[in-house]
Amino acid sequence: MCRDLATEVEKLLLQPGSYVRKKAVLTAVHMIRKVPELSNIFLPPCAQLLHERHHGILLGTITLITELCERSPAALKHFRKVVPQLVQILRTLVTTGYSTEHSISGVSDPFLQVQILRLLRILGRNHEESSETMNDLLAQVATNTDTSRNAGNAVLFETVLTIMDTRSAAGLRVLAVNILGRFLLNNDKNIRYVALTSLLRMVQSDHSAVQRHRPTVVECLREPDASLSRRALELSLALVNSSNVRAMTQELQSFLESCPPDLRADCASGILLAAERFAPTKRWHIDTILRVLTTAGTHVRDDAVANLTQLIGGAQELHAYSVRRLYSALAEDISQQPLVQVAAWCIGEYGDLLLEGSCEETEPLQVKEEEVLALLEKVLQSHMSLPATRGYALTALMKLSTRLRGDNNRIRQVVSIYGSCVDVELQQRAVEYNTLFRKYDHMRAAILEKMPLVERGGTQDEEAKESKEAQLSEAALVSTEPPASKLLDLLDLLDSSSGAAQPPPPLEPSPGGTLGHLLDLPCASPAPASVPNLRVFEREGLQLNLSFVRPPETPALLLITVTAVNTSGADVTHFVCQAAVPKSFQLQLQAPSGDTVPAQGGLPVTQLLRIFNPNKAPLRLKLRLTYHHLGQSVQEIFEVNNLPAETWQ
Amino acid sequence: MIQAILVFNNHGKPRLVRFYQRFPEEIQQQIVRETFHLVLKRDDNICNFLEGGSLIGGSDYKLIYRHYATLYFVFCVDSSESELGILDLIQVFVETLDKCFENVCELDLIFHMDKVHYILQEVVMGGMVLETNMNEIVAQIEAQNRLEKSEVSVLGP
Repeated sequence: MCRDLATEVEKLLLQPGSYVRKKAVLTAVHMIRKVPELSNIFLPPCAQLLHERHHGILLGTITLITELCERSPAALKHFRKVVPQLVQILRTLVTTGYSTEHSISGVSDPFLQVQILRLLRILGRNHEESSETMNDLLAQVATNTDTSRNAGNAVLFETVLTIMDTRSAAGLRVLAVNILGRFLLNNDKNIRYVALTSLLRMVQSDHSAVQRHRPTVVECLREPDASLSRRALELSLALVNSSNVRAMTQELQSFLESCPPDLRADCASGILLAAERFAPTKRWHIDTILRVLTTAGTHVRDDAVANLTQLIGGAQELHAYSVRRLYSALAEDISQQPLVQVAAWCIGEYGDLLLEGSCEETEPLQVKEEEVLALLEKVLQSHMSLPATRGYALTALMKLSTRLRGDNNRIRQVVSIYGSCVDVELQQRAVEYNTLFRKYDHMRAAILEKMPLVERGGTQDEEAKESKEAQLSEAALVSTEPPASKLLDLLDLLDSSSGAAQPPPPLEPSPGGTLGHLLDLPCASPAPASVPNLRVFEREGLQLNLSFVRPPETPALLLITVTAVNTSGADVTHFVCQAAVPKSFQLQLQAPSGDTVPAQGGLPVTQLLRIFNPNKAPLRLKLRLTYHHLGQSVQEIFEVNNLPAETWQ
Repeated sequence: MIQAILVFNNHGKPRLVRFYQRFPEEIQQQIVRETFHLVLKRDDNICNFLEGGSLIGGSDYKLIYRHYATLYFVFCVDSSESELGILDLIQVFVETLDKCFENVCELDLIFHMDKVHYILQEVVMGGMVLETNMNEIVAQIEAQNRLEKSEVSVLGP
């Protein structure tokens, strides 16, 4: 329909009746929006329409030209020629005296002035020549407009925006910033809102100029008006830099305590981000995060906990200080989940420092062992705690068993109670820890010692698990002596160059008998990467299957689970599986689930291999099996072919 | 561009509803209700600009409102309109109404809905500002009235 009527509308644009013409102009605008190709038809009449006296038509024409310029750069160039004309029109508007016809509260036709200014802004953007023509006019408008009424303020505001967006003289820009500053101090809330919005737009380009108004912006934070405080919050967050970070964070934190709930999340994450970028000292940083967590704990982002633990872990000299602060915060209030999680982790790690008694940075705090244990138990039992929080608390309790000097009966009791907890995660942890107490007490100290500093980017729990597994396998390494000679021939077969530095020798599985299957479970990484299973060996009913997992967080790692199934009629006993890989890989063999594969598809024996492949070299794997079956001793050495490419790419 | 113009009273009853963009019926009513709830919460000495609700089209739109006695006039506009300018436009609209119906009140909007729509159409056409000069608008409305009267007299008995 637009295409059909376009020519008609064009004719109407030139009709004598002004009433019809102004409507025709606006129709043209709508048509261009619908069908941009029609802009060519409406380009020529514009120049003529600009000579109109009637303000309604002028208004429509300016809108039409604005629309044309926004749509096509060619039109933009065309209309740059009319800048002098526009300037003239605006000048007449500003300088003519009071005319009752078009004036709104003393300003002559502010609507038209605003529209012209907006068009000048579009035409003058990035264009030196047009901007120069406008300079005087803008200065004139800025100084002559009466600002006691809203209409004048509207014009002035538009002028300021135009000055900022075009290539105006430096003096003019200073004038603009000062006008905005005056707006900010105005009592009228609308003006303040508008000023804050425009300052936000300017803060990227004219940072120092906006900084001068920082005190006023901070004052606007305290307004009861929600729109205003939201704008002030955004602007304040943009204004934080290294010199004013302490003062600003102070203000923002007091705002956080009193702000409406929908702004809380933004405020909290903003403060944390600013603290991260500009923190002057680590201690200040920890304090700030602590304070944010106490005030608005439920609104922070999920990775705040991980960041804080990593930060504390890295600041060795502050361990005692942070654990004390966290302990007192936790003692007061256990409802804020992120705070509880961090506090539980810290108490677990640095419990010994907590009990030592003296720390020069906080008041002396006498804490007894029973109090710490009681607090952790309270967290465990509280209905406000999330399952994740309880996991943290349980692990912390366990770590304290090595840190505290007293006997561990209380801890053992709690751990055994949670062995039958309904939540599967907690139950699994409790059972593992129980086993640790009962069977692997000698390893407990090694496993539960202080964690090394975790890498940024990994989640806290995953790092805890990985470091624990590393320590578990290293402990197994310590407790056995690998017979290197037998295995060296395996390695020779794989290595193309002999005599090179040996890769870490594969481990003899520990002869400690069958371990609970449960201990194998935490070793299996939960991330599913769909690589097909591989059957690698079959002899007289004994089958060996390999299944592969590539955890997405660590692409260089490959986890292989070797499963041995026996479908024959006789048991397979003394089953030992060893593996070897080329030099560039690192292999860790973990203890198998057992050394007897029962007959007729009984419970299979599983064993986990961890292969670390940093160079993404093609994977080669050699397996060696020794076992007793059907009265014979069998030894098999073979290389695994058909390894799917996804295992090492 | 102006998305919508809503006029409702202190209890949320809509007195004038004009959308310049296509919305289905239920959405329209929902928008009116939502806007009423948002605007009612505002105190009288707070600024007149509100970030719009999620329904009426996303983050670019804001609500600019003015409260006159028992009526709220709400204009929903996007970022291409000057906020302070729209405030003045609301004032112009209300003053024009005042000129056309002497001492306009809510009852005038209820009983002379058609006239109010004609006046609005003179001010805003298709979401864009058409005419801001009060005298012009009033002159047009009077011309319209005269035309109506002359036609009735021709057709009458």
